[in-house]
Amino acid sequence: MQYTLLILVLPLLSFIVLGLVDSKWKPKVAGTIGTVVLGIMMALSYYTAWEYFSLHKINGIYEKVIPMNMEWIRFTEFLHIDLGILLDPISVMMLVVITTISFLVNFYSLSYMHGEKGFQRYYAFLSLFTFSMLGLVVATNIFQMYIFWELVGVSSFLLIGFYYTKPSAVAAAKKAFIVTRFADLFFLIGILILSFYTKTFDFGALTAEHPTVFAGAAGATFMGYGVISWAMAGIFIGGAGKSAMFPLQIWLPDAMEGPTPVSALIHAATMVVAGVFLVARFFPVYYFQTPEVLHGVAYIGAFTALFAAVIACVQTDIKRVLAFSTISQIAFMMVALGVSGYEGQEGTGFMASMFHLFTHAMFKALLFLGAGSVIHAVHSNEIKDMGGLRKYMPITNWTFFIACLAIAGIPPFSGFFSKDEILSASYEFSPFMGGIMTFIAALTAFYMFRLYFSIFWGKDYVVKASHGHDDHGHGHTPHESPFLMSFPLIFLAAVTCVAGFIPFGEFVSSTGADYHIHINATVAIMSVVVASISILVATLMYRKPTATPDKLASTFSGLYKGASNRFYLDEVYLFITRKIIFNSVSRPIAWFDRHVIDATMDGFANTTQWVSVKIKGFQSGQVQQYAYVFLLGTLLIAALIIIF
Amino acid sequence: MDILNNILAGQIPMELYLGVSLIMFFAGIYGFLSRRSMLMILISIELMLNAADINFVVFNRYLFPGQMEGFFFALFTIAIAACETAVAIAIIINIYRNLTSVEVGTLDQMKE
Repeated sequence: MQYTLLILVLPLLSFIVLGLVDSKWKPKVAGTIGTVVLGIMMALSYYTAWEYFSLHKINGIYEKVIPMNMEWIRFTEFLHIDLGILLDPISVMMLVVITTISFLVNFYSLSYMHGEKGFQRYYAFLSLFTFSMLGLVVATNIFQMYIFWELVGVSSFLLIGFYYTKPSAVAAAKKAFIVTRFADLFFLIGILILSFYTKTFDFGALTAEHPTVFAGAAGATFMGYGVISWAMAGIFIGGAGKSAMFPLQIWLPDAMEGPTPVSALIHAATMVVAGVFLVARFFPVYYFQTPEVLHGVAYIGAFTALFAAVIACVQTDIKRVLAFSTISQIAFMMVALGVSGYEGQEGTGFMASMFHLFTHAMFKALLFLGAGSVIHAVHSNEIKDMGGLRKYMPITNWTFFIACLAIAGIPPFSGFFSKDEILSASYEFSPFMGGIMTFIAALTAFYMFRLYFSIFWGKDYVVKASHGHDDHGHGHTPHESPFLMSFPLIFLAAVTCVAGFIPFGEFVSSTGADYHIHINATVAIMSVVVASISILVATLMYRKPTATPDKLASTFSGLYKGASNRFYLDEVYLFITRKIIFNSVSRPIAWFDRHVIDATMDGFANTTQWVSVKIKGFQSGQVQQYAYVFLLGTLLIAALIIIF
Repeated sequence: MDILNNILAGQIPMELYLGVSLIMFFAGIYGFLSRRSMLMILISIELMLNAADINFVVFNRYLFPGQMEGFFFALFTIAIAACETAVAIAIIINIYRNLTSVEVGTLDQMKE
């Protein structure tokens, strides 16, 4: 399966070519190249998936295939950094998800980004992102993963700051980069501790059924916990940074400053699930070596899911609602991993997490692309500027509706199946966890339908009369998006309708063996009922303009205000960084830099200058004077030679 | 007295040749250091070169009579001295065109 290398090389080439020619080629050419390359990669990924899942099953277990692996840097006989490609069920599944969403987003952007300045740059960055994300999922060792992990961060930074003339976009890009980078510091520390004790970077050795590499770390502890626990906690913090877990989630809502297709690709479907993928990749290590950390993952996930869902209920910017919903859904996946067992039916959580990752990528990309279509039509992100759009944009309306049903967990849409598995895994873990997750699922249904009704129903759309001129050449009434934009919507909606029936457990499970999905009737009925009630409440409140939302807001004014301001977490961060870290750490260090280090360097420079001014007189420019000195020198040397 | 006898006998000793070249060389150095005109400095340099040529020839003649290296080296030096003079005069002419002077003291731009 050597050809899988092409999947990695193609987007890199596309990035280099598009990045180098930049504006020398017409936007259309750049866009076509980017999209066609992605199309080829998508076909290749599908072929890889077909070949892998049909040919590489040995004794009922999917084996790990490493088509290529080369040594890159060698430290010792055991410790070396490799670059290679590892195919196993989860990485093949990710290949399919990433290339599919990436292709659709490229396709969609042809129309959405039409006429934007820097169109070619946009496509170059998209290719860079796809390259890094694919490199991340097929990594054969932690270090390769870390390299691509950072590359993903960079491309996310570049794309959030795509409108770099807008101060808010620049600030958002910086925030995303710094927060994730801060988390990655812990990731690096985790990697270093882990490799120090296990003497390997290789996933194969670390996640083997009966790993021998942990023997060296058996007795070593730090502050009461084993060193491996600390290492795995550090690695999880890295994942939490990328996947926006509490309290590192603050960057994701701001990241919506980027173009909407980028939000769909990076900040909803692919990059933000990198943390989940990381935990899944290390799952055997978490489960067997450090179960306490795995439980921590579950609790942090549950809290984040609740926290984000509450905030999502009151946000007024449609992309931010979707952003908080993304945080909440990713937290669902984390919970599923955290509560999972390992073998057989106990491995529900793992399978459910990956399944939810798969279905969520599809319907959340659909939601974002739908939101992009709406924003394209009304030129605003705010709910108050929308309402009654169903008459103008039927395709967007229906596809958005399907996605909302899917995320709310209504059968037969894909979200129901995956979420149901997560809920039953949570109930198996503890009824308390299950109860919380059900409550969050209800909140999810509520806020998604609040969003849906606010955009497409509610008050009638007020056509703006005094719009002046229109630079897009269409009338003042909102209109359905062109084919280039509606095709991805329809495609994703179709996937969302059928994806739930994929026998996902036969492809992806914690051990690689078959897993048969059983719908747990009690849990399923309960979750559907709860979701339906939430949808009903949302329908009553938002289908027609009513006073209920405002009344509720004033009744729970404390909660409402807190949630609107995202529970002041950003302010807390600002306080900690500006007041505490800047004053007590950064300023003294800056003083030291300026008054000690710089002063030393200035001292060298000043001394040199002083000396050179003093000896400048020797250099008179008079040839004869030089000759005189030369003669004296010669005579002196001659005299010395004669004497000694 | 020995020296005088030798001279009279037609055998000039090496020390005399070396004495001549020594005088020429230091006359050249003196000229180089004291003259103001660049042309005179150039002539002084030629004087020093010629002193060196004499040394080559003399050492070859008296110390290694069977060999020719010293003579040829002297010929080389003469050729190179001719080239060097041509270049130097070209430089001096250019300096004169720019500064209307061949006084070496006026040429102090080299310090910058």
